This record gives sequence, structure tokens and C-alpha cells, in this order.
Amino acid sequence: MDSKRVINVPFNREQLRELKAGDYVYLTGTLYSARDAAHKRLFDSIIMAENGIMGENATTREGLSGKELFDKGILPLDITDNIFYYLGPTPAKEGQVIGSAGPTTSSRMDKYTPLLLSKGLVGMIGKGKRSKEVIESIVNNKAVYFAAVGGAGALLSKCIKKSEVIAYDDLGTEAIRRLKVEDFPVIVVIDSEGNNLYETAVEDYNNQAK
Amino acid sequence: MRTINTDIIIETVRDMCIQANLFLAPDMEERMREAAKEEDGILGKQIMNQLIENMEIAGSDRIPICQDTGMAVFFVNVGQDLHIEGMNLTDAINEGVRRGYTEGYLRKSVVADPLIRENTKDNTPAIIHYDIVPGDKLTITIAPKGFGSENMSRVFMLKPADGEEGVKAAVLQAVKDAGPNACPPMVVGVGLGGDFELAAKLAKKALTRDVNSHSDKEHIARIENELLQMVNATGIGPGGLGGKTTALAVNIETYATHIAGMPLAVNMCCHVNRHVTKEI
Repeated sequence: MDSKRVINVPFNREQLRELKAGDYVYLTGTLYSARDAAHKRLFDSIIMAENGIMGENATTREGLSGKELFDKGILPLDITDNIFYYLGPTPAKEGQVIGSAGPTTSSRMDKYTPLLLSKGLVGMIGKGKRSKEVIESIVNNKAVYFAAVGGAGALLSKCIKKSEVIAYDDLGTEAIRRLKVEDFPVIVVIDSEGNNLYETAVEDYNNQAK
Repeated sequence: MRTINTDIIIETVRDMCIQANLFLAPDMEERMREAAKEEDGILGKQIMNQLIENMEIAGSDRIPICQDTGMAVFFVNVGQDLHIEGMNLTDAINEGVRRGYTEGYLRKSVVADPLIRENTKDNTPAIIHYDIVPGDKLTITIAPKGFGSENMSRVFMLKPADGEEGVKAAVLQAVKDAGPNACPPMVVGVGLGGDFELAAKLAKKALTRDVNSHSDKEHIARIENELLQMVNATGIGPGGLGGKTTALAVNIETYATHIAGMPLAVNMCCHVNRHVTKEI
């Protein structure tokens, strides 16, 4: 393997654009865990708040920014420039930071993702394919989608140095956690230009194998 | 008549929940190691090596192999000469699950109602399939099932005229649709025959079979081999990022069926294909 390419997160947007589908990188810094139930709650909170402010039938809606949503207490965190890790860990035993902590299937978050990206979220870590709408939204908002290795929860837990529930505690494993990670291994699957590794990697392998 | 108390069943189920989630069954571990050695995809090889390392960390540090410790699925064979005293058998199995998932620090992934979606916080209820068999033993198989792969499973109500080719095409399509979502390398459980619901149950049961085993029926064993080769020729590979190991095994279970039909179920399982069997 080549020397490790470590990326500090949350990253600046210039750095993000240098990431290309197929890059194998290590993330160091802060991630937030969020999966199905947390996504639904974040999404519903935004929709309800914006409908309240602008009326159900508003035709032109700019809406609120990620920072405004946080400042007004509508969202429990400012998602601007942040990364969601689609994760619901097993409980930590005494002396552990977190239990098993691998990625869950991303497509279940597709319904909620374009809105969150439009509010400033810039990165997602999960596994598996994304919808056409999400890919378009990744390009439009210059975001990035990473895959972590599915089913490697024990290994990945070792890269998480701190874990703290910051919102939706009642959701148990689905609560939002702030995670401090070091050298967390991910692969760029969909880059900010919309290149999709799931579409090219298998084809490349098959051409090489012939 | 032999009598056992449900206390021993509760303890056994508790221990099985923990064992299944921390240690991959020996047949699976061996196949994974072989596959890691043979893999020639660049990303595929890296992923296989990570998965082997993951398995080792899980065992040594006692961390679940995967954070999705599954819904607890059971196949229970009850000897018809066995007498069980204490509590109701289903309640005892659920109590074992409750203790195993709580005391073993496993994830509670069950919601009580599919629409209201409130977590039951102890991973119950389990899904239990009973069979009455000869003898006076109780044989319990647990297969904790993750839903990343479960969601990619399919039932096809094929026609008799679809034949062997139709079966192969449907299984292959299900694998391609699953792609990276089912966490390949996967184990493909196939149920062929019976009716709508039995096909699905057979497909799940096929996943509990040793990955090195084959069907007793010669023509089915041949189809298992041929399908495994076809699945691996897709190049989907580990993580869905290209490689020769898309599946570790294709296991097929069959049953008699109706003159008008050929039900086929494909139950996908990721490489964390957990199964433990204990006889009491």
C-alpha cells in the first residue's frame, strides 16, 4: 500500500474537491453519527420549521441555512461543513470508547440526503449505492460520499477515540454522536464531480481480469 | 420420557447469542481466509485483509464482528418424546435473547411495530421456527441476521417452464441487484419449491448450513457449484469494488411443490454469516 493519505475533517471545501472516486484515505478529526431515525427527525424538523416560517404553499423557498437552523434551535447541531457517518454502534463495555462501529446501508438515507446537503452537510460515510437524486445533489452542493468497509465494525471501532451522544438520546443506538476519529479508513465512492466508483470499479476489474 | 427445565434453555440461548456475534463459525472463518489469499482485485484484496483483521480483533477484544448484531432468528427442533417444564418454550427463548443481548453488549435492533418503530430495547421478540422431530432432544440453531443483506433478499414465483435456467437467472439477478449493499463477499441462501412462505424459510435455513457443504441431491449440488461460479464471474467482489470473491457459497434447500409453480427465494447474507447450533 502507498503511504497513508490522511485528511483532516471537517475539511475545507477546496480540499474536498481534490478527492477523487477510488481514493483510499484516512480521516482524522470529528464526525457525527446519524442513521435512519435521526435522519427522519432532522428532516422533519427542517420541514416543519420552514413551513411554519414560510407557509405550506410558499413557491420560492430559500429556507434557512444550516447555521440558522442550529442558532434557532431547530436542529441540535450545525451541520455546515460536517460529515455524517451512517452508524448505529453496539453498546460500549466498561473501558471501551464505543462498541462495534461499522457503516450501515446508505440508500435508506437517500430520501433525506438532498435536503441536508442543501443545508451545508458536505460528507457522508456509509456503504452501498445512492439514488440518482442524491448523486445530483452531491454534484450540485460539491459534497462527497465515502464507503467504509461493511462488516468491519470491530476494526473501525479502534479508530474512534471519543464518542459522546449530543442529541436524540432516546433513540438509543440511533442517537447522534460526536465522534473523534484517528486514521479512519474510507474509500471515496462518489466525488464532487459525480464520478461513481461502484459503476467503474467492477468494470475495471473485469477488464483487467480478461 | 426425558424432562428438561427451561432454565437450561435460557442459559444456553443467552450464551449462543453472545458466541454467534463475537466469533465467526469455523467454516466461515476458513472460507474467508482462503478467499483473502486468492483475491486478486486491488481494492478487493485490501477489503478482504481488513475483514480478516476485523475478525481477529472481534475475537481477541470481544467486540461484535459487526455492529448489526441482527434480529435473533432460531430454528428449533423439538424431539416429540421430550418434556419441557418451567415456562413456555417461546418465552424461554426470548428470555435467553434478552439476557444475551443485554449482558453481551449486543445492539438492540428490534422495533415493536413496523410503522410506529419504537425500539423494544432488549432485541426481543426473536423469530422462531419450530420443527417436531423424532427423539427426546432439543436442538437449537441461532442465526442472528443483519438487515443490510436481508433488505436485498427476494422471492420469485417462477413458472415450471422457467426450469433450471430460470432459477439461475433469478439468483444471479438478485446478487447483481444486491451488489455492494449486501456487504459482499456474501453467502447466498436459496429456497426452491414448497409454497410462497416455505421457500423463504428454506432460503434462511440454507444460510445455516456449513459453507463447505453441498446438497444431498446430485443435481442441486451441481447447480450450487455452477451458480457460485456465475456469481463470482460478475466481478462485483469484496465491498462491491471489484474482485473474484462475490460469494463464499451458494446453498440451496428444496422441498416438494405444486404442479403449477416453482417458488424461489433468495436470502442474502453478508460475510458475517453467523450460526451456532447446540443440542440439549
